[in-house]
Amino acid sequence: MLKILSMKKNEDAAAKKKPKTSAAQIRVQKDLTELDLPPTMKTHFPDATNLLNFTLTITPDEGMYQGGAFNFSFNINSNYPHEPPKVKCLQTIYHPNVDLEGNVCLNILREDWKPVLNLNSVMVGLQYLFLEPNADDPLNKEAAEELRKNREQFLYNVKSSMRGANIKGVHYDKVLEH
Amino acid sequence: MASVSVNVDGLANSEDWEGRYFHVDQILDRPGPRTDPSFLAGDKVKDFLRNKCKILVIGAGGLGCEILANLALTGFKDIHVIDMDTIDISNLNRQFLFRPADVGKPKAIVAAEYVMKRVRGVKVTPYFGKIQDKDVDYYMQFNLVICGLDSVEARRWINATLVNLVDTENPESLKPLIDGGTEGFKGQARVVLPTITSCYECSLDMLNKPTAFPICTIANTPRLPEHCIEWASVLEWPRIHGEKKLDTDDPEHITWLYAAAAARAKEFNIEGVTYSLTHGVVKSIIPAIASTNAIIAASCCNEAFKIATSSAAYLNNYFMLIGTEGIYSYTFEHEKRKDCPVCGGELLEISISHETTVEQLIEMLTERQTIQIKKPSLTTSTKHIYLQGPPQLEQATRPNLEKKVSELVEEGDPVNVTASTLPFTLELVIKYT
Repeated sequence: MLKILSMKKNEDAAAKKKPKTSAAQIRVQKDLTELDLPPTMKTHFPDATNLLNFTLTITPDEGMYQGGAFNFSFNINSNYPHEPPKVKCLQTIYHPNVDLEGNVCLNILREDWKPVLNLNSVMVGLQYLFLEPNADDPLNKEAAEELRKNREQFLYNVKSSMRGANIKGVHYDKVLEH
Repeated sequence: MASVSVNVDGLANSEDWEGRYFHVDQILDRPGPRTDPSFLAGDKVKDFLRNKCKILVIGAGGLGCEILANLALTGFKDIHVIDMDTIDISNLNRQFLFRPADVGKPKAIVAAEYVMKRVRGVKVTPYFGKIQDKDVDYYMQFNLVICGLDSVEARRWINATLVNLVDTENPESLKPLIDGGTEGFKGQARVVLPTITSCYECSLDMLNKPTAFPICTIANTPRLPEHCIEWASVLEWPRIHGEKKLDTDDPEHITWLYAAAAARAKEFNIEGVTYSLTHGVVKSIIPAIASTNAIIAASCCNEAFKIATSSAAYLNNYFMLIGTEGIYSYTFEHEKRKDCPVCGGELLEISISHETTVEQLIEMLTERQTIQIKKPSLTTSTKHIYLQGPPQLEQATRPNLEKKVSELVEEGDPVNVTASTLPFTLELVIKYT
């Protein structure tokens, strides 16, 4: 037990004191303070002292979802960035890649998540879903089918759902910005 | 005539029965060509191993049982063991310190009793609970820590705790960590000298990615039994149960998932959803192989013995075993990561006056040539001092800019600094003059 205990503190790395902040916390601090978001995305922290739970509002300025304000909750656990943040849509929206419970089909939120990605990549990925809804990865099958088969009808459904309407027996929340 | 009487069960009733240490003493009685220069052959090293060395075993499961037995038989006498689990019937094929009558009892306690019964003179102190229940003082009392864990989270916790324990003023605070891990026929053993060699966190990117299926596949086009089970646990459970959390240790919850997954499998003509597969998928269980555990535990205990006695060079620092196709092993030195969030990063001591404001401190940091920092954000473990963004948090912390640092940070309280120009984190230790 002898050699190691007398090992010299000659290395810089050994000259380290006691940090008490978790690795996840520091990483989230880094991610958040370096966010580089377009004006179409805003974060909101219900508790300004808690960086791990917040919401993101996306207000697309082009595409078929223009004029809507879409809210997502972000929950980050202590295993971040080895686990992706948990992201849910807080409204019931008509979108092929978002189901009625708010689950989002975005590859980097699940199967393609890597620790080198960050919160900025997730947010940009979410916004992309509003610019290019993807009919090939459907979570809302009805919406995906409509997008594939009848784009005009889909566009119409998007517009009316955003005003708060029933489509095929499902009520969608009003999400207009104003 | 032997001087030690022998009981009917074949065990000596004296603590150190005759010949007990015959083989181990071949190593400890004299130095060899590979022994460390600091090796004190003979009574000194034996006294340390047998009377002074206190070792902590984390986990009393597949690896833990092997480790406890190995340590006790090698001559460690003051062993502590922590485990938060109780014994399940499925453990009995390989966790040989447990018997059918022990099912339901805490692993740590049963294991400790069993080892003490079988190996006289060994004291095993169990703790039935989480490693997170224990504080710094608890971990400080040990000379060595061996982990036989099955979770990444627990490993990261103990690794970070031991790294943070290191105080350069006190060499005793450096606790070598020996980490064993197995997954089916594969395993690894490594030696971590906290702050000196690469730590567990440094190597996190070597972990296999957990298998995750695209959510749209599990929602729409399931093809595998696993897709149905994931559908039941990821989508159907929250839909039906709302806020109620899924407890993968609760058989009722698993039964519910199994029923939901089986119904869905039937709908899509998928075969192979069973209760045990459901259990396996939601808990990401990989079958445990007793012989892999035995090899890895042996390697870990061998390292513990070498480190505790300095009788031979210890592992530097990563041993991997691949038993899937024949037996292959490879040992290499895993390098420290400069930007490791636990043992990496840089430390900067800075002296300021009691009157220095946060704004002045930030200015001082940005002017430092050595760190080349731009737009730093500062926090302590309990509060935000100044965040450069997002706008809401910048506004919330902006009033702090005019405050004195001494109002916000106590001397010696570490301050975490992040900035886009820093690939790693910087820790400030502030001294007031």
